[in-house]
Amino acid sequence: MSALGHFSYWVTIFLLVAGLFIVIARGNLVKKLIGLSIFQTSVYLLYIAPGKLIGGTAPIVGTGITVYSNPLPHVLILTAIVVGIATLALGLALVVRIRESYGSVEEDEILRAEEAALRDEAT
Amino acid sequence: MIDSAHLPVLQVVVPLVCAPLIVLVRGSRAGWAIAVAASVFFLGASIAILMEVQRAGVISYAIGSWPAPWGIEYRIDAANAFMLVLLGFVAAVVAPYAWASVRVEVPRENHYLFYALYCLALAGLGGITVTGDAFNLFVFLEISSLASYVLIALDRDRRALLAAYQYLILGTIGATFIVIGVGLLYLMTGTLNLADIATRLGDVRQSRPVLAALAFLTVGISLKAALFPLHMWLPGAYAHAPSAVSALLAATATKVSVYVLLRFYFSVFGTTTVFTAMPMGDVLLALSIVAMIVASIAAFFQSDLKRLLAYSSVAQIGYITLGVSFASATGLTGGIVHLFNHGVTKGALFMLAGTIVFRLGSTRLDRMAGLARSMPITCAGIVVGGLGLIGVPGTAGFVSKWYLVLAAIEAGAWGIAFVVVASSMIAVAYVWRFVEVAYFRAPSDETSRLKEGPAALLVPAGILLAASVYFGLVPSLTLGAASGAAEALLAGPR
Repeated sequence: MSALGHFSYWVTIFLLVAGLFIVIARGNLVKKLIGLSIFQTSVYLLYIAPGKLIGGTAPIVGTGITVYSNPLPHVLILTAIVVGIATLALGLALVVRIRESYGSVEEDEILRAEEAALRDEAT
Repeated sequence: MIDSAHLPVLQVVVPLVCAPLIVLVRGSRAGWAIAVAASVFFLGASIAILMEVQRAGVISYAIGSWPAPWGIEYRIDAANAFMLVLLGFVAAVVAPYAWASVRVEVPRENHYLFYALYCLALAGLGGITVTGDAFNLFVFLEISSLASYVLIALDRDRRALLAAYQYLILGTIGATFIVIGVGLLYLMTGTLNLADIATRLGDVRQSRPVLAALAFLTVGISLKAALFPLHMWLPGAYAHAPSAVSALLAATATKVSVYVLLRFYFSVFGTTTVFTAMPMGDVLLALSIVAMIVASIAAFFQSDLKRLLAYSSVAQIGYITLGVSFASATGLTGGIVHLFNHGVTKGALFMLAGTIVFRLGSTRLDRMAGLARSMPITCAGIVVGGLGLIGVPGTAGFVSKWYLVLAAIEAGAWGIAFVVVASSMIAVAYVWRFVEVAYFRAPSDETSRLKEGPAALLVPAGILLAASVYFGLVPSLTLGAASGAAEALLAGPR
């Protein structure tokens, strides 16, 4: 019961760890950003799930309604989603510029190009 | 005349409104003028707020007249009023400097964007400092971070793009950790107002979710503050950003993050939770010592002046957190005054490095042979700033290190006092690397042709440098403000 009752937390933790893993383990700059997005999404769930009460309704005063869900987490996460989208958009824009100047979106190839450039500069 | 009661919010709103204004005007000269005006306003407002706080105590401002804890509250005490002055001072000096520096380091068509983002970064950093609301703090953190990612990427050098990307990834991870921490606190207390969280934590103060929140917040904020070993984004970002951006970020961005850490530790969780129930003092102490030693050694091995200064910044963050880890009045005063002194000194050093970029087009040490002959003022300035990093008596760096050593002795930790001195010795070594190249090597053809940097760059850098010496000779002003800040923090939840 307890494990099932915490279902949303299990999903949160899975998404959180999976997202972080992708960011760390992948060398492709676009995939890293996808991982980052999954990581951020897990937090949305962390906020929203506890705000919902079983049987609760939208917080509008009405007759015969006694249980309300908390609307504040939704509002907060609306803001967080906007921030997340801005970050993702900026990250992808940077990747486009990196692709234009390095000709690749693979981390190892870019680092190799960078090392080669450093060697040229030194000689 | 503006009603001074609204200064806390105007401080954030003015730069925030100036940013889209600059984008609409589009001219680089007009953009610069607006950015300078916004920064000077910020400085004036921050000084007025500091004086008001010292006169009348804590200022509480309810946004849109919604009373706390329902509405967002801006709450300013001695600690964040002092931070605001540092922020305003550095911003008001770097903005005039940016004009000449940006012309050589940022492509022409992007100048107006640079100034718009400068205002956004300032608004974000100011917002983090004044806000008393945990989620609002995250939003401002992201405003300033997103602006600084772009500011870094604006440099002509393609490596700036990589540095900005890396900073974006790590910065976002840090910010997300902070949101997780705030979320856990919200789950436990049902409020987002920092002061209200502190009072409502009550019995659950040491329950597991709250301790987990403390851990998440510590890691997230440490990432933003570049506390060793979470500093990996910093050297690249500072080395490849336009020099005006390096100066602004080095002097303020990491410092504001340290302030956030102080705020959460002392005003929300309280010293018993942080330093007694959790071993945060020991963790900070260990990391600070490693930062002071390892980052200083890493600085010594850099071949680029800006990268050297960036590693030195990581080491200096170690000094600040060392002061925090003692959780004593002396230690905290030392940490906070070092926050100010190092911000001023490092800002000046990055601006002087930018002057070298202006003439030489590079900050590689091996290209600076004999530079002191052709750019004597710039090089002398870097030496004076370097003495500040070492902590030679007569510079601001000495005052703060003196307090840190005192705090260590007060805590009975002679070994740590010794480490502070030892890492200052390593600072001598890395500053000497510049001195050796610039003063004792024969000038190359390239450096002997150079002229001294323009006054438009040297005067702003000189102002910060003069401040770093002035606050070393007459430390009463900064020390008074810092010990007031330390008292306010140690007084616990506001």
